[in-house]
Amino acid sequence: MVDITPADGIPPAEVAEVELYHPHSWWTKYVFSQDAKVIAIQYSATATGIGLVALVLSWLMRLQLGFPGTFDFITPEAYYQFITMHGMIMVIYLLTALFLGGFGNYLIPLMVGARDMVFPYVNMLSYWIYLLAVLVLVSSFFAPGGPTGAGWTLYPPQAIMSGTPGGQDWGIILMLSSLILFIIGFTMGGLNYVVTVLQGRTRGMTMMRLPLTVWGIFTATVMALLAFPALFVASVMMLLDRVLGTSFFMPAISEMGEQLQHNGGSPILFQHLFWFFGHPEVYIVALPAFGIVSDLISTHARKNIFGYRMMVWAIVGIGALSFVVWAHHMYVSGMHPYFGFFFATTTLIIAIPTAIKVYNWVLTLWRGDIHLTIPMLFALAFIVTFVNGGLTGLFLGNVVVDVPLSDTMFVVAHFHMVMGVAPILVVFGAIYHWYPKVTGRMLNEALGRFHFWVTFLGAYLIFFPMHYLGLMGVPRRYAELTDMTIMTESAHHLNSFISIMAFIVGFAQMVFLFNLIWSIRHGREAGGNPWRATTLEWQTPQTPPAHGNFGKDLPIVYRWAYDYSVPGAKEDFIPQNIPGSFGPSKEPA
Amino acid sequence: MAVALVLVLIVVGSVLFHLLSPWWWTPIASNWAYIDNTIIITFWITGIVFAAVVLFMAYCVFRFRHREGNRAFYEPENKRLESWLTIVTAVGVTALLVPGLFVWSRFVNVPSDATNVEVVAQQWQWSFRLPGKDGKLGTSDTRDVTADNPLGVIGGDPNGQDDVVVEAADLHLPVGKPVKMLLRSIDVLHDFYVPEFRAKMDMIPGSVTYFWFTPTRTGTFQVLCAELCGQGHPLMHGVVVVDTQQDYLAWLGQQQTFAQLSAPLQTGSADQAPGKTMASGLKIAAKLETVRAR
Amino acid sequence: MSVILVFLLAIAGFVGWWLSHQRLTAKPWLEQGLAGDFVALDRSALPTAKIGLGVFLAVVGCLFALFTSAYFMRMAVSDWQPLPLPRLLWFNTGVLVLSSIALQCASVAARRGQLDTVRLGLATAGLTALAFLVGQLMAWRQLTEDGYLLSSNPANSFFYLITGMHGLHIVGGLVGLGRTTAGAWNGARPERLRLGVELCAMYWHFLLFVWLAIFALLAGWAATFIDICRQLLT
Repeated sequence: MVDITPADGIPPAEVAEVELYHPHSWWTKYVFSQDAKVIAIQYSATATGIGLVALVLSWLMRLQLGFPGTFDFITPEAYYQFITMHGMIMVIYLLTALFLGGFGNYLIPLMVGARDMVFPYVNMLSYWIYLLAVLVLVSSFFAPGGPTGAGWTLYPPQAIMSGTPGGQDWGIILMLSSLILFIIGFTMGGLNYVVTVLQGRTRGMTMMRLPLTVWGIFTATVMALLAFPALFVASVMMLLDRVLGTSFFMPAISEMGEQLQHNGGSPILFQHLFWFFGHPEVYIVALPAFGIVSDLISTHARKNIFGYRMMVWAIVGIGALSFVVWAHHMYVSGMHPYFGFFFATTTLIIAIPTAIKVYNWVLTLWRGDIHLTIPMLFALAFIVTFVNGGLTGLFLGNVVVDVPLSDTMFVVAHFHMVMGVAPILVVFGAIYHWYPKVTGRMLNEALGRFHFWVTFLGAYLIFFPMHYLGLMGVPRRYAELTDMTIMTESAHHLNSFISIMAFIVGFAQMVFLFNLIWSIRHGREAGGNPWRATTLEWQTPQTPPAHGNFGKDLPIVYRWAYDYSVPGAKEDFIPQNIPGSFGPSKEPA
Repeated sequence: MAVALVLVLIVVGSVLFHLLSPWWWTPIASNWAYIDNTIIITFWITGIVFAAVVLFMAYCVFRFRHREGNRAFYEPENKRLESWLTIVTAVGVTALLVPGLFVWSRFVNVPSDATNVEVVAQQWQWSFRLPGKDGKLGTSDTRDVTADNPLGVIGGDPNGQDDVVVEAADLHLPVGKPVKMLLRSIDVLHDFYVPEFRAKMDMIPGSVTYFWFTPTRTGTFQVLCAELCGQGHPLMHGVVVVDTQQDYLAWLGQQQTFAQLSAPLQTGSADQAPGKTMASGLKIAAKLETVRAR
Repeated sequence: MSVILVFLLAIAGFVGWWLSHQRLTAKPWLEQGLAGDFVALDRSALPTAKIGLGVFLAVVGCLFALFTSAYFMRMAVSDWQPLPLPRLLWFNTGVLVLSSIALQCASVAARRGQLDTVRLGLATAGLTALAFLVGQLMAWRQLTEDGYLLSSNPANSFFYLITGMHGLHIVGGLVGLGRTTAGAWNGARPERLRLGVELCAMYWHFLLFVWLAIFALLAGWAATFIDICRQLLT
């Protein structure tokens, strides 16, 4: 039991080592800014921009699948370029960049009570290298031969052979270069996020008083720092195979009657490296979503997050376990079959901490005071889609069940539900939640509700039925589903339905973008703390927070992040920087 | 209110969709009904969990929605409840995993009486090789692939001379006999996949992978490629015909052996010559044309 | 993938040790007030820049551990033909050790405030590091002239790739060293200079360690060592 009444005259918390850079000109204030909040907005805007490209690509793919033969310009070649760029952009350039570069930059310093990131200059570089990576990626659309069509997994040998679009042209080279740049840029940012959480916390902010958002982003960043090198290694080696003719991944090959110069390389080695990055990547996207959704549910249900300690342990546990499950993506890759026993077991074990998180979210709702605000709606939708996608993961993680389902539409439906739709719903919820802090105004409520219902129900209607196409045996990555005995007439109709839903859901995102822009000027004034939340970002003297975040003195933290509806307290929330003792100071019996 | 109702509708709708929709797996044609059964178990367990969680949420949203003067109950954690939930989850996960691992150990251990059948994939067609009278397949190497020796069988290996070579045509298998499919690729990754057999495995250039199964009913089944292999990937179809024993032997009698095929032919080299000079883009276009025409 | 897993296990051990000092089992809702002052749970006393560098070095370590993993996996294929390491590498190793020693001296001198020794140490370290890079390039040239081309065998490919990657990290370090050296001549604040020198020393020692590890790897000793371990275990 530690219960301290604050002594008078506590000196203001100050982090001496972070020397704030003060901008002198418009350029250093808004463009080459070293302020994490500006960098966050730059990251988010760039990620959204490139994300829109990926959205349009998904429409084009769905046009082809839903209405085969109607659109002549979507050749198989183009189709494979669309799926590859769609996948890569969504997973890496949108979700990873948005959660860590966007939300991480904005929220970490504010939530831990720091004036800025600890290495602001490096942080700025991180964004500009990310932008360069995005530009290199986009340039491949205009390169001779177009972007690569190797699928987002870029499996060699096909990724660098002439039967694949971009394989012997510029596409794959630009793709790999862009990835290498992204990883360098990300490492710069990632160092900041980790070290700011370690060293930038204000006085009284112990690790166990951090909001789960910070825990999620922190753990995800640590994982990303350790996982991205695997992609880096794989990219560099493949680039050498493609450009200088080495044989890291390229075995002896007879392509269209012609012997290639490579010899002895191992395609499986690439897959190991790729998935050693690729599986943690799933959690790099998921953990920030877990953290953010915990805070959304707690704030809008006016109740502390249920089982905070368990939530922290689960985040750390999932982070650690996710490094020993990678080969569950390779059950039918031809690797040694005995690995299947090990990886199926570890994969299903990881389901336990994940399930605990789900229980704790719904138990937070139990006996809460649930305000059905738009962030809360998105949080509820996240739980539905995440549970759905997580449970289908139990099919694919269980090695023998994966055999018929792998490489079918079931897999596509599964990962879209669990790491596409679910995290994106959290992103939306988070934007509706923090937009008032970033701009000082609320987003339009009616447009928001329209956006929510169309996105949630539409996305569910897209991906739930898609599982059943996979169950029928329809393979993924088929540019045309013709001349197949398993494709019944009704399955073609289902595909058309899915495509129409995809257009409707995509349209709703345009409404959302309009709302984002329109509300900057026309939204309702929000005030400093519209959701009556406890965490430090809502306690800043100005909204939006000014340069340096907290005015003259940094806040001092006296309590954890979840003092909602504490018995004995007048209000139903107590901000973290309010001293004084309330409520039960010992274990309820 | 509306939210709670929608959540209930999602559960009801999903369950009804599962039960009533026409989209379900193809009738099985191999011994891997075990896999189907494991999927059914998984559907039951996960379905119950999904319904329970979402319905509980719907109830919470309905019962504890904000009304004037409400205040949330203060409960930081409940160790007993959390421990119970952990244990129940662990039991559920074990119930999924254990049958799965048992079936997997059957899947990877090939019965000793299985016949070897080699599948050789290339962009974008399937070829097959069956052991001849000696019951052994000759060794092979991608480096030995030529127009006259499309599977790269090593000519000097006596075991290979009587191998039956089926180039870019249908494969026949006798019903009721276990087969071990030896999978090989001479260019990129492919995956030999017949939905009705349930089993599949990637084929990797430079190594030989395998899976086994026993065909349990006669019929004609379509082979699909299940690993992205370039532009022609969706066109890479093949046919497996499961025959009665007599029909199978009749088919086998019509096939040519490696020795017969590699005997000098009058034509062949003349046809191949223009191919060499074609630019790779044109070559791919030509290849796609032939695959599409088939 | 065993090398990278062992590396990550070490990282996990360190993270676990750190987490165990964060009172993860505390019940934060019962601790109102300034708990942070009670038990030293605030930030570490180490300078932030050092912690930042430490995290970065973990990432670099991860990178080289992955290259090593890939090396061992690719080595298992039959077409692997080890290449004879040029003798020049021994000389280069000596130069790199010298570089590290010089920086260590500079770092000790910076603590004592002996500016002249600091300058001498920094300059020596920079020049020897440059000499190392030149030596590596000469080793590359020698190998190419002897016919060990990049793409002719995977062992060669890995040699060029791994040494090249290590060299790039030295180049990056030289940028940092250059800035610190400029500071030493242009009268940087003593505590700032000291931190800069210490950071350089830390980075240099780490890269020396990485170099020794990959030298052992490329010379084949690492593989022999692992074989011996495996025999001892079975």
